Amino acid sequence: MDGVHFTWPGRPRFSLSIDRFAVGAGDRLLLLGPSGGGKSTLLSLLAGIVKPQRGGITILGTDITKLTGPARDRFRAEHFGIIFQMFNLLPYGTVIDNVLLPLSFSKKRRANVKQSSSPAKEAARLLTHLGLSPDEVASHRASSLSVGQQQRVAAARALIGGPELIIADEPTSSLDRGHQREFLDLLFGDIAKAGATLIMVSHDETLADNFTHVSRLEDFATMERGAR
Amino acid sequence: MIVLRLALQSLRARWLTALLSVLAIAFSVMLLLGVEKVRNGARQSFADTISGTDLIVGARSGGVQLLLYSVFRIGNATNNVTWKSYQDIAAHPDVEWIVPLSLGDSHKGYRVLGTNQDYFKHYRFRGDQPLELAQGEVFDDLFDAVIGSEVARQLGYKVGDKIVIGHGLGSVSFLDHANKPFRVSGILEKTGTPVDRTVHVSLGAIEAIHIDWQQGAPVPGQSVSADEVRQMELKPQAITAALIGLKSRLAVFRVQRAINEYRQEPLLAILPGASLQELWELVHVAETALAVVSAMVVATAILGMVTMILTTLNERRREMAILRSVGARPATVMGLLATEAGVLTLAGVILGTVLLYVGLFFARPIVDRLYGLNLPVSAPTSWELTTLSAIVVAGLIAGLGPAILAYRRSLADGMTVRV
Repeated sequence: MDGVHFTWPGRPRFSLSIDRFAVGAGDRLLLLGPSGGGKSTLLSLLAGIVKPQRGGITILGTDITKLTGPARDRFRAEHFGIIFQMFNLLPYGTVIDNVLLPLSFSKKRRANVKQSSSPAKEAARLLTHLGLSPDEVASHRASSLSVGQQQRVAAARALIGGPELIIADEPTSSLDRGHQREFLDLLFGDIAKAGATLIMVSHDETLADNFTHVSRLEDFATMERGAR
Repeated sequence: MIVLRLALQSLRARWLTALLSVLAIAFSVMLLLGVEKVRNGARQSFADTISGTDLIVGARSGGVQLLLYSVFRIGNATNNVTWKSYQDIAAHPDVEWIVPLSLGDSHKGYRVLGTNQDYFKHYRFRGDQPLELAQGEVFDDLFDAVIGSEVARQLGYKVGDKIVIGHGLGSVSFLDHANKPFRVSGILEKTGTPVDRTVHVSLGAIEAIHIDWQQGAPVPGQSVSADEVRQMELKPQAITAALIGLKSRLAVFRVQRAINEYRQEPLLAILPGASLQELWELVHVAETALAVVSAMVVATAILGMVTMILTTLNERRREMAILRSVGARPATVMGLLATEAGVLTLAGVILGTVLLYVGLFFARPIVDRLYGLNLPVSAPTSWELTTLSAIVVAGLIAGLGPAILAYRRSLADGMTVRV
């Protein structure tokens, strides 16, 4: 990210400026910052959901700020896996449909999956690997799962089809400490195997020792919040 | 495919509100189509009532009025046509046949029509169908009556039954012609026209039952018995109207003018089709009002559906954010919502149409009996199909409102999933 400046439409007082921010391929970066410190905004920019008013964001050699809206959506579908803090799943959909959802938006990830196996098998493999029994949960509605299980399903969804970038927005904050550790270990294992890059934001510094890099948002970004 | 399935599952999770929206649209569609069916049925019934008659003659009044009282037995004649005029018209060289109609009496609410046997020969309905007798025969004796199918069914009359004709047109007559009862000589086949609700007697009989009456009431002490009447020579004084058939239809305007300019008496001759057209123009305003009301009901139902979608929009922000995060385009997200509106409207339209036809199937005999209105269970007309498609398109477009709103919100939400 170079010389990026962004304000939310309709909220002119809030602005985020980033002089320079870079992540190497295969890195596991933990991005620390206080709540409401612009972390989510940064992730929105990275994922191409919003577009900065100034500056360039180059991901995998493509400057996504130069892409049109639909092209950014396609780019996101092809290269990103995203895990939210909570409420990751479509509650009325089955677990298997939730996991397979990204494949209906990305040709490349569909092709990746079909290279080695079938979508259903790959989803089952990922779920098993993340500690869920596919036979038990696959046809259940997502809303019938516990929060911890839902986060694992979300991880499987982010990983399916081998996207290059995994973005996680405080994925463990809704889990208790024991489950946090377990969840991250499983996630890291899969990411390492896929050779993907992970960018995870959190306000919890105790997670730092699992990551290859740790940055603080305030070190490279300036945020302004006008008086109300 | 998964996206579509998830959209359907999302709808299923909200099935109750969705069902209510569908029902609201279904009922509104039923109303809209129903009004149209009744309107067409009514027009068809009216148009089917008379055919093969070139001109109708009556005392000078309005064309629509003459048509209504002479053919549809609605309203009353203001004046009569003298027998002399009738004979003059009958003698016109272009006239092939003429049938006299004499109205004014009734039997238990059913109108009594005095006419002659030519009526059964020349009267045509629904295309070119003649009147047929289901039982018995056409009147022969002075006090014979031929009754319509509904009269027979409602009052349970058989051939040979005696009936008494009441004076005037109320369903309960305080004065009647009890001293001269009639015998049912024949019962007509059902026609679906006012003929079904008519008691037909000979013109002479109308004279006969009034022979001892003066100025609308029996003259005390002057009762003339039925047998005495039979011996008398009965010559009609006046009739109410007459149906005319011409030798050539080309002569219709010539004869019409001749009758309208008849010097001895102010008369009016009308072309049944033209007067029917006038009648439609008259009721057109009411028809339009009905159509507007039903269209507004449809609009209300669609608004209700949009409201339903809007209220669920908040809980669906999560859905939007997730779909956006996995790479769904704004167009896809909007498309899903618009499709949902379209699917709901389509379901409503189909359900409404099915309900209407089912309802029509069951209500038909009742409507026919109560109002003499034949509502054919026919395939939807092209107008109806166009309207139904327009409703679905309107639903889709209405769904775009919430869709655009959802998209705007999903942009503003960015990566955060709100609940």
